Amino acid sequence: MTQDHTNKQFDVEMEGIRSGVLSMGGMVEKQLTRAIKALSQEEDADLLDAVGADEAAINQLQINIDQQCAQIIARRQPAAVDLRMVLTVSKIVNDLERIGDEVKKIAYKAAQTRGSDQLTRVRYYDVGRAAANALAMLQHALDAFARLDVERAASIIDEDEAIDAAFSAILRQLISYMMEDPRTITPALEIVFIAKSIERIGDHAKNIAEAVVQVVKGKDVRHSSAKQIRAEVAQP
Amino acid sequence: METLVATPEVRTEHAPITAPKMSMRNLDFYYGKFHALKNVNLDVAERRVTAFIGPSGCGKSTLLRTLNRMYSLYPGQRATGQILFNGENLLDATVDLNMLRAKVGMVFQKPTPFPMSIYENIAFGIRLYENLSEREMDERVETALAKAAILDEVKDKLKQSGMALSGGQQQRLCIARAIAVQPDVLLLDEPTSALDPISTAKIEGLLSDLKRDYTIAMVTHNMQQAARVSDFTAYMYLGDLIEFGETDQIFLRPMRKETEDYITGRFG
Repeated sequence: MTQDHTNKQFDVEMEGIRSGVLSMGGMVEKQLTRAIKALSQEEDADLLDAVGADEAAINQLQINIDQQCAQIIARRQPAAVDLRMVLTVSKIVNDLERIGDEVKKIAYKAAQTRGSDQLTRVRYYDVGRAAANALAMLQHALDAFARLDVERAASIIDEDEAIDAAFSAILRQLISYMMEDPRTITPALEIVFIAKSIERIGDHAKNIAEAVVQVVKGKDVRHSSAKQIRAEVAQP
Repeated sequence: METLVATPEVRTEHAPITAPKMSMRNLDFYYGKFHALKNVNLDVAERRVTAFIGPSGCGKSTLLRTLNRMYSLYPGQRATGQILFNGENLLDATVDLNMLRAKVGMVFQKPTPFPMSIYENIAFGIRLYENLSEREMDERVETALAKAAILDEVKDKLKQSGMALSGGQQQRLCIARAIAVQPDVLLLDEPTSALDPISTAKIEGLLSDLKRDYTIAMVTHNMQQAARVSDFTAYMYLGDLIEFGETDQIFLRPMRKETEDYITGRFG
């Protein structure tokens, strides 16, 4: 945005939703970091409580920011880039809230699967690494939003493919364990759910990146291939 | 949003106008020495609403006034170039201005009812052009009032003065008067800027009915109004046509940064 609105209050309100997304995103990042700890550490009840509290705060932020978006639409009748920004913020807070839900699931499932030694290696290394990748992807998506950087946003769409591939690899590995020893089936399924949640976080981060492209380029790139999105981003 | 800055020429690729009713070609307009319209090229689509927006003094009202040669009333005002309408250039000196203004009706910012009865307000203009029987005239007046969505409110008081109506009703009476002579084109110069929101909504609703029969060109200061009622929008600034396109495109994804700054309230 190169220029301020003639009505400065409009600028204040637009900045309000933009920074709201960033602080909500920061909160989701912090929550995901805690869940990653829950995957790799010994049992920690405080950690679980903190993840639950994060989720409640994230839900409240979603409601607050959506309300601000509705007020801007009602009071300012935004057009063009402003309209796209308001609609996009409303979509992004939805994705962030869903990530919060997934993170909570990961933390609780991590607590449940503790004590299954055979699966520790999978949990520690592959699942933990996939979760760290998902966190990085979320950070990159929020960074792309903060700077309205479409090239950065386009690169996140590639990262999602890596997370999808990691999910498939974890699944194959767990299937091997389950075939070898049926006693691992219950904990393995829990880990499948964790891996699936991580994969969903990647999808939500990708949605955020696509929303950034839409704000800047005015083109809806959802359901487009990575190649099409890169082509759109490359256009002046 | 540097990425949206476009090249200086006017982009019209998003405005596939199938049947232009009026075509401006290299239109320039001068108030004495002041160059008020600069090489405007634009097609007004048939049976569509085309809105002209832009800051005060950008030339949008001037442009509207060229479309029925309203400016010819004033010495020192002149237009060059072409405005093609029904196969002829309406800027030609040979054009019959009375017939032109019957074909291209105009409604102004402030309602201008004549100081006569509601019935006579409509019938007066018709008599200038046609000789109708009493019954035919009654029918024509009634049709015009019905099309302007005011018949229900005035049908029991046609003999009362048009000046006694509310502002919104007066404006619809003026629209009825303009369409009574069966024009092709209706020009509206800020038709709702003196009206309350309810009357404004009635006129805006009326426009979507009227465009089934008429080609409409309107000037409005209210950008949201242009977004609500028009099919095509032209953004003008300092006498230049900056951008012209489908209204959805102009308000969602304008091609020119100047247009975006104006419609998002970042102007100046």
